[in-house]
Amino acid sequence: MMVLILAVVLIPLLGATINGLFCWFTKRKAHIIAVPAIAIPAIVSLILLARVLQGERFDQVLYWWIPLGDFRVPIGFLLDELSAIMITTVTFVATWIHVYSIGYMDHETPRGYAKYFCYLNLFVFFMLTLCLANNFLLMFVGWEGVGLCSYLLIGYWYEKASAANAGMKAFVVNRIGDFGFMIGLFLIYKHLGTLLFSQAFASAEQLSVGVATLITLLLFTGATGKSAQIPLYVWLPDAMEGPTPVSSLIHAATMVTAGVYMVARTHALFNMAPLSMEVVASIGAATALMAATMALVNNDLKRILAYSTVSQLGYMFVGVGVGVYAAGIFHLFTHAFFKGLMFLTAGSVMHALHGELNLQKMGGLIKKMPITGWTFVVGALAIAGIPPLAGFWSKDEILAGAFMGGHRIIWAVGTFTAFLTAFYMFRLIFLTFFGEPREKHLYDHAHESPPVMTIPLIVLAVGSAVVGLLALAPHGGIVGFLNRTLGEAHEAAGHEGGLTYILMVISVAMGVAGVVLAYFMYMKRMPDPVAMARNFRPVYTLLYNKYYVDEIYFAFIVNPVVGGSRYALWKFVDVIIIDGAVNGVGRLCRLVGGGLRYIQTGFIPDYAWMILVGAVVIYWIGRLF
Amino acid sequence: MNVTVPMPNLSLVVPEILMVILACGLLLVDLFIPKDRKRVVGYIALAGVVVVGVVTAAFWGKMAQPATTFSGTFVLDRFALFFKEVFLFTTGITILISLKYLEIEKVSLGEYYALMLFCTLGMMIMVSGADLIVIYLGIETMALSVYVLAGFMKFDHKCTEAALKYFLLGVFISGILLYGITLIYAATGSTQLAQVAAVIKEKGLAKNPLLVLAMFMLAAGLGLEIAMAPFHFWAPDVYEGAPTPITAFISVAPKAAAFAALVRIFYHGIQLLEPQWQILLWIICAVTMTIGNVTALMQQNVKRMLAYSSVAHAGYILLGVLAANQVGVQGIAFYFFAYAFMNMGAFGLVIYLRRENIVGDDIDDFKGLAQTHPLLAVIMVVFLLSLAGIPPTAGFVGKFLLFAAAIKAGFYWLVALAALNSVVALFYYFRIAKAMYMQSPEPLPQLSPGRGLVLALVVVGVFTLFFGIYPQPLMSLAKDTAHTFMMFLS
Repeated sequence: MMVLILAVVLIPLLGATINGLFCWFTKRKAHIIAVPAIAIPAIVSLILLARVLQGERFDQVLYWWIPLGDFRVPIGFLLDELSAIMITTVTFVATWIHVYSIGYMDHETPRGYAKYFCYLNLFVFFMLTLCLANNFLLMFVGWEGVGLCSYLLIGYWYEKASAANAGMKAFVVNRIGDFGFMIGLFLIYKHLGTLLFSQAFASAEQLSVGVATLITLLLFTGATGKSAQIPLYVWLPDAMEGPTPVSSLIHAATMVTAGVYMVARTHALFNMAPLSMEVVASIGAATALMAATMALVNNDLKRILAYSTVSQLGYMFVGVGVGVYAAGIFHLFTHAFFKGLMFLTAGSVMHALHGELNLQKMGGLIKKMPITGWTFVVGALAIAGIPPLAGFWSKDEILAGAFMGGHRIIWAVGTFTAFLTAFYMFRLIFLTFFGEPREKHLYDHAHESPPVMTIPLIVLAVGSAVVGLLALAPHGGIVGFLNRTLGEAHEAAGHEGGLTYILMVISVAMGVAGVVLAYFMYMKRMPDPVAMARNFRPVYTLLYNKYYVDEIYFAFIVNPVVGGSRYALWKFVDVIIIDGAVNGVGRLCRLVGGGLRYIQTGFIPDYAWMILVGAVVIYWIGRLF
Repeated sequence: MNVTVPMPNLSLVVPEILMVILACGLLLVDLFIPKDRKRVVGYIALAGVVVVGVVTAAFWGKMAQPATTFSGTFVLDRFALFFKEVFLFTTGITILISLKYLEIEKVSLGEYYALMLFCTLGMMIMVSGADLIVIYLGIETMALSVYVLAGFMKFDHKCTEAALKYFLLGVFISGILLYGITLIYAATGSTQLAQVAAVIKEKGLAKNPLLVLAMFMLAAGLGLEIAMAPFHFWAPDVYEGAPTPITAFISVAPKAAAFAALVRIFYHGIQLLEPQWQILLWIICAVTMTIGNVTALMQQNVKRMLAYSSVAHAGYILLGVLAANQVGVQGIAFYFFAYAFMNMGAFGLVIYLRRENIVGDDIDDFKGLAQTHPLLAVIMVVFLLSLAGIPPTAGFVGKFLLFAAAIKAGFYWLVALAALNSVVALFYYFRIAKAMYMQSPEPLPQLSPGRGLVLALVVVGVFTLFFGIYPQPLMSLAKDTAHTFMMFLS
């Protein structure tokens, strides 16, 4: 089993290394290395998943890195139900994204093409490391690694200022979260004396509630950065500056799911801290609602999808926050399919329209690109929670968990958000694919993408349609499977009760209502959306400007820091003190050197003198003590 | 009167004997090899070094307990064996990177390799010396060979000047060292380390000012090769002027030998003089790493920059000496292998860039290397990361051990200073990376490295990464080394 796990982790690294070192050789052929480097691990993951299904479990330290007394850093892997689901999702979705990239990136320079695939492989490698680590430190390596790769890939077109800035923003915002995460790790080591998951969770009960709360809140700070929750979600919408398959990878498989996974993985700690759980669920619900409202009025195709990711991640945090960890991970799993799909279709649209992203310039595209259009509709139905597509099952599971756990307000928020989700998704669909074309010129040039791009769309669309049905599998379905490791903080009352059905009907009704409303507004113009925007101008402006959060951050955090660094650190500390010191030392050295040159005896006696004087001074100082 | 001289146990000096045979044989063989094929001498030397390396390694299992010979003046323990392997490894790599370089410099002569082996022999004796006189003999054997090697490009003005400086300062320091030995003899009546320690303990001489002064002189004598402040002045000039393979060699092997001797002398005697020498060493350690790093900041010449960086590394390694515990010895031992990998690698890169009319040691020579030679740039980054002490490289693990040892011994402030110094170091190491990746290449003639150089770079590059990711094999060897060494002391 160890060999298989190592294969899953190391093959992508191998692919990245080959394309990284030999990009001058692989060039246009980079995908011949890169695609199998993910496809093989995907197959191996399935084998591993099958073995886990039969009850196998793997938790072993491969070796100790720097063993020194009681401080030992383990390098080891853990394969249980949770990580098996994670790696299967990641590798499966990533494989199709890799395939799709072959078509999408065909305009790149040969070297850039190889570099792109190198980063992509590396990204997956770090994500797999994160998911399979059996200790906090190795997880942290993966955690930082995906951060680095996201920076490289978002800023892939670094000649474009907005791309370079978006990369930087992603990196900096993530660093803020990571800072909290790191302190959390330090505290875990301090209080539990181990970095291994198995030992740490086994002794988690020794922690006082206060310490557990502090640790989990710090860990959650890291999660808000990686998984784009309030207040650190701001990087994700900008992250769409990268190539679209990268957005797809970030939003679906790697990166943003890391935070949810981490919280689920450390559920033993979170169970010790009810307050933290409450915070996680509330932040999740608030983020879900806020991001959904921001998506309502946006006209940028990829941005809407980005807000919907933030919103869906909010759902996942609601799930883990109310203690139905398995439901949260289930939603992560289904979301990977439909969100990966939707970003790829968005990329397909962009590909056809020469990079155009404005919904208001599209319309009627379904006639030109049927595969893209209909697969998108499948994805949208899935995210809107229309049965029997994937999103329905997992979202319902979370909302039911919240309701049963007594979190009525969170349930209400989540249900309302489901309505918003259906609405903005179908607004997007009607504006893009249906109705009359609004820009004749763009429409005329539009064309369906090549098969190398459409086949991944079809595969993921099928996935989005059916994976939810895993909930109905025997032994409690996928949730029951995950619960073998995750267990629930409190048993949610099964699915038998009539209450569950009522909840289910409500949430489906919400989804349908959203679709219908979008249909009337954007296809029939009643009520007319333009008039609506005019009538509710303040609300519209507020939403259109994303609650001015970016502006607030700039005004209160970024600008003061930049200003502070510029005037206090750069102009004063750097220029005067550091530069002064460096130049001063330089001048001093030159002075000393120049001074020595005046002594006719040459260098060697000077050196001898300096040695003597230096030695005597040191000896004398030493004797003083 | 019949004086019976006991026959020394020669089995313990087999590696040294082999080395002498090899070096002398090489001089003879050299006579029969035509001028344009001196490379063959290099191959023979390399093969010989490998053989001696294997023979030396064969002792490892038997040496769980230290053994002495020549009336207790020569000791063979795992500590000595470990360092002998460091020297032999460094020598082997140096031969590999010299083969083509000497031809470019038109000084491809057989003596070069013989001298290198004599030098290695000196170091092997030095690290096995249990008597100050033996240690001194080792130092001189090594130093005399190194002086000649440093000035091997006899038509190069800069090179001969460097060698002369090295020689004169070496002689000066040698005098101080000898004076220190006489003072020790005067105070204790012996030059054998174990007896000196016993007398100090017995007569309560720990606070004897004469002894403290003598110890300081010994440290000064070894400090020259270590290149610790204030005995480092020769280093930049010599590093810059000497043939680059020799620079690489000097920066690693003699430093390792001097450190090994320092550890042996001071762990023996100094445990007893502890408070006095701790303060001295504390100051030297702090000054050494700071001077090394701060001065390196401003260098435009890569060889000179690496010279100052080697001063700084001497400072880090002094942390291990200062800690005076098992982890300290383990750290020093590990670090020297790591240091051999990364420093030989970095100098190897400079040799790689050597072309007609271009020495390859100016930072500007590295411009745009990532575009013209991407693999070379990547491997250089590995060495730079390792030198700066960033995981996952061997340099990080080594530094971690040294810092951990010093923390264990309670030197918090010094470790904080060392950590700050590491940050400074990052800046100048990455000036090279910046030149490689951020600047455009200038049109330059094609590089044509020798196969030996490529092999050497691959070996040290792979080791740097491998022992960074999986340090355990080397760490456990270093741990055994430290363990038996500390056992021997008590």
